[in-house]
Amino acid sequence: MINSNEIIDDIANKEYEFGFSTDIEMDMAPPGLNEDIIRFISAKKNEPEWLLEWRLKGFAAFKKMEFPKWQHFEMPELDLQALSYYAAPKKKVQLNSLDEVDPELLATFAKLGIPLNEQKALTGVAVDAVFDSVSVATTFKGKLKEMGVIFCSFGEAVQEHPDLVKKYLGSVVPHTDNIFAALNAAVFSDGSFVYIPKGVRCPMELSTYFRINAQNTGQFERTLIIADDNSYVSYLEGCTAPMRDENQLHAAVVELVAMEHAEIKYSTVQNWYPGDKDGKGGIYNFVTKRGICKGTASKISWTQVETGSAITWKYPSVILQGDHSEGEFYSVAVVRNKQIADTGTKIHHIGKGTKSRIISKGISAGRGDNSYRGLVSVGPRADNARNFTQCDSLLIGNQCGSHTFPYIESRNKTAMIEHEATTSKIGEDQIFYLNQRGIDSEKTVALIVNGYVKEVLNQLPMEFAVEAQKLLSITLEGSVG
Amino acid sequence: MLTIKNLHAEVEGKKILKGINLEINKGEMHAIMGPNGSGKSSLASVLAGRDNYTVTEGEVWFNGKNLLDMAPEDRAREGVFLAFQYPVEIPGVSNLNFLKTALNEIRAYKGLPALEAREFLKLTKEKQQLVDFHSNLMNRSLNEGFSGGEKKRNEIFQLAMLDPQLAILDETDSGLDIDALRIVSNGVNKLRDGEKSFVVITHYQRLLEYIIPDFVHVLYNGRIIKTGTKELALELEERGYDWLKEELHLKESV
Repeated sequence: MINSNEIIDDIANKEYEFGFSTDIEMDMAPPGLNEDIIRFISAKKNEPEWLLEWRLKGFAAFKKMEFPKWQHFEMPELDLQALSYYAAPKKKVQLNSLDEVDPELLATFAKLGIPLNEQKALTGVAVDAVFDSVSVATTFKGKLKEMGVIFCSFGEAVQEHPDLVKKYLGSVVPHTDNIFAALNAAVFSDGSFVYIPKGVRCPMELSTYFRINAQNTGQFERTLIIADDNSYVSYLEGCTAPMRDENQLHAAVVELVAMEHAEIKYSTVQNWYPGDKDGKGGIYNFVTKRGICKGTASKISWTQVETGSAITWKYPSVILQGDHSEGEFYSVAVVRNKQIADTGTKIHHIGKGTKSRIISKGISAGRGDNSYRGLVSVGPRADNARNFTQCDSLLIGNQCGSHTFPYIESRNKTAMIEHEATTSKIGEDQIFYLNQRGIDSEKTVALIVNGYVKEVLNQLPMEFAVEAQKLLSITLEGSVG
Repeated sequence: MLTIKNLHAEVEGKKILKGINLEINKGEMHAIMGPNGSGKSSLASVLAGRDNYTVTEGEVWFNGKNLLDMAPEDRAREGVFLAFQYPVEIPGVSNLNFLKTALNEIRAYKGLPALEAREFLKLTKEKQQLVDFHSNLMNRSLNEGFSGGEKKRNEIFQLAMLDPQLAILDETDSGLDIDALRIVSNGVNKLRDGEKSFVVITHYQRLLEYIIPDFVHVLYNGRIIKTGTKELALELEERGYDWLKEELHLKESV
């Protein structure tokens, strides 16, 4: 008979599927964080003076800041001087079509199952792939251009659309926001840029795949999405990394701006390398994501499925400035082995009649530790603001942890704020019941977990929902007996 | 079909089954009765492979295969079905999705392809009618918020869907009112096809008015102390278990 402890041990031996690394000649800066390296990055990218100035301001802010202490985990020691802040595939030249991309790189993306080549155009997903620091290829550029949609690498946007970048860069996450945002401002390498013009409904999902490949690098990409009046865009990011013994830092910044009646849907399927069963290696995923609903009746919706990383630490947030604007946060965070997640959201109700909805589903297995941390704040002007929060935790096994830290601040008497929370455990009774119907324990867990996260996965574009479902099954394989 | 030889089992070091012998042939209906704590439900759990029971002695053969060597899911796939005394609630998993998964797992084990959605739905409809199961329960989460009666009917519906060779009904009648009892029993009777065998575990003779057993066994203190036909159940109803216990003690003291 299967012993649950054995199976819990089993899970640890399950290997990370995307743990390969690719041998490509890299153009890498020497390790170290200083003004010279910032000037080097800026020069490499042929940036205008104002951007270099902004980076240097970010660096100045960074130097004055300290690492936070309020998080629900022990802050790992980070030697930021030991990292290299620039790594790029050497062959990077001006690429006009996919045919010119290094075949090794294409092979890597093929392994990841990214629909990079145009043959997979049927899936209707436009992809921008970021390999270490540099954006490699953007598909469907032509088609999007016809509609006036700009979807390109951040570096390209700086060259081609400097006015837009200058206007919005740092407008939602300033360079002084927090230590990692300041670091990102100083050394950010590349990322994606999206602009949806007035009245345009972006006809396809826009998607970015991030891949950390080189050793001893951090990844500091920056994403900026602007949806102008009456526009709509759905954007998805996916991430993987090779298996390495040492930890790697990923400190990205994402800024979203929604103008009047605009809607941005931002989905993340995060599967960075989580480290091994003893917690060795893995990515530190310290990301700042924030959106602002600037215009009346605009809407921003975050959906995240977080299964990877040694530590996931992020709070995708929404500032509801426009009257009747709406913010949503749907999250599934899974931890197992010794993974840690301290994640949640912040919703700031500023405008009148603003609404928000938070659905958080935490799953803890092995010796994983999962925390939901959330803030719902209602300002004095936000008459009739409404919030609904649901915060569920699912425990698998006896050694994992789950914590909830909800903060509510209301300065308006007309606000209505609801908070619901549940904690449940996949019980032996449930497993035996389904075993007795011919379903083995792994399938049983997958079935129960998929039922549990359905509400969140339903928010993802269909093909990614299927992918996320598979990812969850793989992640939790063998987690109970 | 099923042969139980000198089966001993314990739970947390406590001896529960103390030498069960039982032979069940194709198409037979066996009732197991007995006072509280005699080991009836334990026998069902051991046959289904529940984790916390340890078999210390004896053998169980099912169609020539050693049942005790198999994982619970394989026992189910081989054709052993347990209708639970307390069916478990599984939030978020729809009844329909659960049944489809179960059915296809069993089919895969037998080397059969998964059922097409249309065939599956056809089968579902047919069996729903057979055991009088409400279709509005199909899309609900498995047993979640079901009444006691609905849960028991769901067990019988699953039995109809999965079509096992041996069905063990563990106190399926407990907590049912007379109407629900009739519906559940009718369902079971419709599933008697001369092929399937049944073990009905019950406290009360009442159920056996609807489901007529071929054999009645009395389980007491971990052993079968008497076997008879349906008349035995009537006698137990009338006289209780004490006379049997006395008979047993007399025998043992001789």
